[in-house]
Amino acid sequence: MSTRVDARFEKLKAEGRTAFVAFITAGDPDLESSYELLAGLPGAGVDIIELGMPFTDPMADGPSVQASTIRALKAGQTMIKTLDMVRRFRAAGDNETPIVLMGYYNPIYRYGVDAFLKDAVEAGVDGLIIVDLPPEEDEELCLPSIKAGVNFIRLATPTTDDKRLPAVVAHTTGFIYYVSITGITGAGSAVSHDVEAAVARIRNYTKLPVVVGFGIKTPQQAAELGAVADGAVVGSAIVDAVRDELDGNGKMKPGGAGRVLEKVRALADGAHSVRRAAAE
Amino acid sequence: MSALEPNSYRTGPDERGHFGIFGGRFVAETLMPLILDLEQAYKDAKNDPAFHAELDDLARHYAGRPSPLYFAERLTEHLGGAKIYFKRDELNHTGSHKINNCLGQIQLARRMGKTRIIAETGAGQHGVATATVAARFGLPCVVYMGATDIERQKPNVFRMKLLGAEVVPVTSGTGTLKDAMNEALRDWVTNVADTFYIIGTAAGPHPYPQMVRDFQSVIGKEAKEQMQEREGRLPDTLVACIGGGSNAIGLFHPFLDDKSVDILGVEAAGKGIETGEHCASLAGGEPGVLHGNRTYLLQTDDGQIKDGHSISAGLDYPGIGPEHSWLKEIGRAKYVSVRDDEALEAFQLCTRLEGIIPALEPAHALAHVAKIAPKLPKDHIVLMNMCGRGDKDVFSVAEHLGVSL
Repeated sequence: MSTRVDARFEKLKAEGRTAFVAFITAGDPDLESSYELLAGLPGAGVDIIELGMPFTDPMADGPSVQASTIRALKAGQTMIKTLDMVRRFRAAGDNETPIVLMGYYNPIYRYGVDAFLKDAVEAGVDGLIIVDLPPEEDEELCLPSIKAGVNFIRLATPTTDDKRLPAVVAHTTGFIYYVSITGITGAGSAVSHDVEAAVARIRNYTKLPVVVGFGIKTPQQAAELGAVADGAVVGSAIVDAVRDELDGNGKMKPGGAGRVLEKVRALADGAHSVRRAAAE
Repeated sequence: MSALEPNSYRTGPDERGHFGIFGGRFVAETLMPLILDLEQAYKDAKNDPAFHAELDDLARHYAGRPSPLYFAERLTEHLGGAKIYFKRDELNHTGSHKINNCLGQIQLARRMGKTRIIAETGAGQHGVATATVAARFGLPCVVYMGATDIERQKPNVFRMKLLGAEVVPVTSGTGTLKDAMNEALRDWVTNVADTFYIIGTAAGPHPYPQMVRDFQSVIGKEAKEQMQEREGRLPDTLVACIGGGSNAIGLFHPFLDDKSVDILGVEAAGKGIETGEHCASLAGGEPGVLHGNRTYLLQTDDGQIKDGHSISAGLDYPGIGPEHSWLKEIGRAKYVSVRDDEALEAFQLCTRLEGIIPALEPAHALAHVAKIAPKLPKDHIVLMNMCGRGDKDVFSVAEHLGVSL
């Protein structure tokens, strides 16, 4: 089953470009501002959108994403509103940019796995990245997602050794998300030659595109890491840009979304500054 | 009970860490290889007589086990019904049952070659026990503790510092136990190569619920033998307080297959279940996934975790160990709840009648004992786990009683 994610990677490959993946938290700092950002991401050069589903206890996230999650929940974000954002994005005419929801399992479990997948597909969601569902728990959501035509994108990490990699890639679809550091989001800095070796190791086990995330903050890093993988994810730097545009009441300043999108554009340009060999 | 009643209630969890639908391994991939290593290391240790010999030696000579079984004579007279016994785990070194588990886990950490210890703590009892064993074995120790709890448990914070631990205040969320656990997990994911995470309660990803239960089961095993010596029979009712549920599962587990024994877990009802300000995950929660396991959780309809409330920092956790969730579902154990004010009253009653200052956590169990004992016959034996002593609580109790020290 081909998805928007698959189609996007085929197109990027043909063009010899690396994927720029941007993360924002749905509903941060409020629903309308967040939607304005979401709608503006493709125009700012974003190839794939990762939309964070806020959760009270984001155990794998650093202070930046934690804070954005709290802002979104305080503003009343819910799973229904997050799915509505995707629905509205598709209704506004973008039927090509893949949207991958990222978060933790409990809000989905509580929503009900079958109901969630049905509503996510209907809204126009293409994939899921669920931090606390390792291959050992595939029956929970991974297998039902694939059956429903939703990509289940797995995280591989520096601790995922050769013994585990086959299991990690086995039921992964869309792409592999390589976590470039052992740590939480926004911490440390990825080192490109370590990442290059890790990506090469992962490619021994899968033909899926490998995208690198965690620890990428600047256009320069996006360029370096995008060059050694099929894509680069930036999250914390973008949610920090959102934070920097808030007034004393936690509201987005006038023109704030536009300025955040300018920063996203600079990161995207960084990632896209490196040409890759088309069609290997 | 239904036709599905198992032959034994003591065989869980299964290979994948499940107790019925509860438990499991819901962790980030970074931690998964380590969780599997830990599971293997624990299996090996369990089969190694040298591991048990060393642990038994430490339990006896360092922690002071076995803890006494005490007949609470004046309390029994006062309540005028069932015969009440306390399992005196508050007499352990460090003042609570937490040391039982910490000694086991630090032995495992040393076997695995880990050189740095981290822990979360609520009331500070587990933090103190962890800092203690880390000092004993010369390993650096970082304890994550909610900022709110640091404020209400100052004596324990200072004890940990004296023991050489670094106490890191956690301000995210409401600054209580769940937030401390999030922060400990973030540390672990960052320092996965050299760090051992000593989880204090019978929750978290498999194998923790099983491992903590096994280390705490010494409570129930001893109590069973001691009761045999004292009364020549099994107790009729077991009572223990429950936050995450480690002292309770430690007492209950050896008795699960003794069908004549009624088992009662006591959750913290805070200001009352109906007020929403409580920590009774089983009475007021729904199944969900948090901190590596599926269990009953206090949560909203949207799957967001709610903050609990209890006068006792040690019970202030929105979840519960997965084995308790399973025992509730199959009906082998019953779970009730006790309010802050009831616990405070029991705290004072026990102090005056028995000369034992209980921690606010077992004061919840005691409050339930006080409710049921008068209605039970005089030959009915109630065994309650006095899992911690109340020294740490005297300041906050004074405050609740309007006394300024």
